[in-house]
Amino acid sequence: MADLVPLLKAEHLTMRFGGVVANDDITFTLEEMELRCLIGPNGAGKSTFFKTLTGQLVPTSGAIAFRGQPIAGKLSHEIARMGIGIKTQVPNVFNGLSVRENIWLAVRRKATPRAQGPAVDSVLQMIRLTDHADRIVATLSHGQRQWVEIGMVLAAEPELILLDEPAAGMTDEETLHTAAIIREINQTRAIIVVEHDMEFIKQIAKKVTVFHQGRVLVEDTVDKVLADQRVRDVYLGKKVAA
Amino acid sequence: MTIRFRLVAQAVAVLIAIIAIVLIPSVIELFAMMQLTLFAAMAVLALSLAFIWGFGGILSFGQTAFFGLGGYAYAISAINFQDSTPSILLAIIIPALFAAILGYFIFFGRISDVYLGVITLTVTLILFNCVNSTSGDEYRIGKALLGGFNGMPAVPTFNVPFYPDQILSPEQSWWVTGGTLLGIFLLLRLLLSLPAGRVIVAVRENEVRASLLGYDPRKVKLLTFILSGAIAGLAGALYVNWGAFVGPTIFSLSLSAEIIIWITVGGLGTLLGPIVGCVLIEYIVAYIGSQQALNSNLVLGAVLVVFVLLLPKGLVPTARDLLMRLVPAPKPKAQLADEQLPPAVAASHMAGAE
Repeated sequence: MADLVPLLKAEHLTMRFGGVVANDDITFTLEEMELRCLIGPNGAGKSTFFKTLTGQLVPTSGAIAFRGQPIAGKLSHEIARMGIGIKTQVPNVFNGLSVRENIWLAVRRKATPRAQGPAVDSVLQMIRLTDHADRIVATLSHGQRQWVEIGMVLAAEPELILLDEPAAGMTDEETLHTAAIIREINQTRAIIVVEHDMEFIKQIAKKVTVFHQGRVLVEDTVDKVLADQRVRDVYLGKKVAA
Repeated sequence: MTIRFRLVAQAVAVLIAIIAIVLIPSVIELFAMMQLTLFAAMAVLALSLAFIWGFGGILSFGQTAFFGLGGYAYAISAINFQDSTPSILLAIIIPALFAAILGYFIFFGRISDVYLGVITLTVTLILFNCVNSTSGDEYRIGKALLGGFNGMPAVPTFNVPFYPDQILSPEQSWWVTGGTLLGIFLLLRLLLSLPAGRVIVAVRENEVRASLLGYDPRKVKLLTFILSGAIAGLAGALYVNWGAFVGPTIFSLSLSAEIIIWITVGGLGTLLGPIVGCVLIEYIVAYIGSQQALNSNLVLGAVLVVFVLLLPKGLVPTARDLLMRLVPAPKPKAQLADEQLPPAVAASHMAGAE
């Protein structure tokens, strides 16, 4: 059965920076087509976890398997070619190039030359930047640059999409649209989302994993997690109460 | 401005350049033409750094290393073969191989940009010292005496390919050198408009993002480094052909610094700018040298300071900005035409065009 091999499995993952333990013995499993939200206060180790998944950091110890294949310690571009795409916390875009070129650079690794044009256009439409396609990315607003990066991740058609704070710097309306996009791509792909905005989490979440001080605090459905007293203590507090 | 208009404008510019190269010998005197030949050879060197620095984002101080290797490779094999045909090829291949080996350790060893500058600078100095200490009869390769600090005089100049007896006249040498400059310029322009060239620029723009999309930045940078080394080597052959002489000062630090000044003055991130900067600076240096009233290094330093402070973008980008201000900006709707074209074509006017 295909279910025996999860899409992503991290076992006893530990990442140390000198004396600081950013990820401490994390074990994490993601099934095919799953949509998972990661939450946790600043410094809980969410972004570090994403960086070890994408080869930007080599874990101190522990194993990561993507569809059964070990990926810990592989280089970023090798992992990307295996099918993991990431939108990083700080927008990582090609600032000096146009929006169209940014998307095209992501598309062309997979699409044939003939299919590239239409693929770029459909992504541009999805991220609603068709009218700005020929603008240089550096001249766009922060929210728009976030979308350029999301667009690049989608355009590369990865099997697993990691989104680190996709709604940061977006207006409420843009956040709604982002949530709609996430639900739409989740029809065909697995996604892990790191987000602070609880309204946003409620819009998209099914299962939530809470990180705290480098460890997994709890992992459950969104309602149960939000009701969990420990989670309220470490992180949510005021926002949920309000 | 539509794409079509740009293409026509570029084709016209190329045509004018070709006519100028062809007509120059019949318009100006021999001395001035020889000087232009030297400037064109140096401009090829400028293009090699303009490419790797302006588009690859790699500041290599080692262009003179490849330039010198190309010059020596040409001189040694031309003396041995008495035919420039294989010698010119060797002047491209040997620096490219050297760049491949050096670049492999730099890029696959993940050495940071600062150390890349240090390493390339050091390699240049090492080569200078090695070649400088090869005086004496025991230092010879085949028939070619290396000559140490005295250099190698009487190097055979270019001949008609495969006809060693038919040595090129100064006019023909100018056509070859000027034509090579135009050819390299067009080659780089073409490369930068192709997908491979866009990936080179993408790696310059954001290495992390490029690798997260599945591009291997180490490989991209290595290939950029090799191509740039090969172009610098070809420039070395053109330079030796101009003077029929090569000496160890071809590896000198002052030349390394001068290339950077050419590009800063002409405009980083363009291909035309470094050519303009090179010819302008070389002309000023030659002029000052003949006057002997001022120290040319002092003037070069002053020029650099003035440009960094007042025209940090360089001549060509500044001129382009001024031109853009004069020509009214196209309405957004005019750009719809671009969308019908493949992205590589539509994109070619973004970062690579000037």
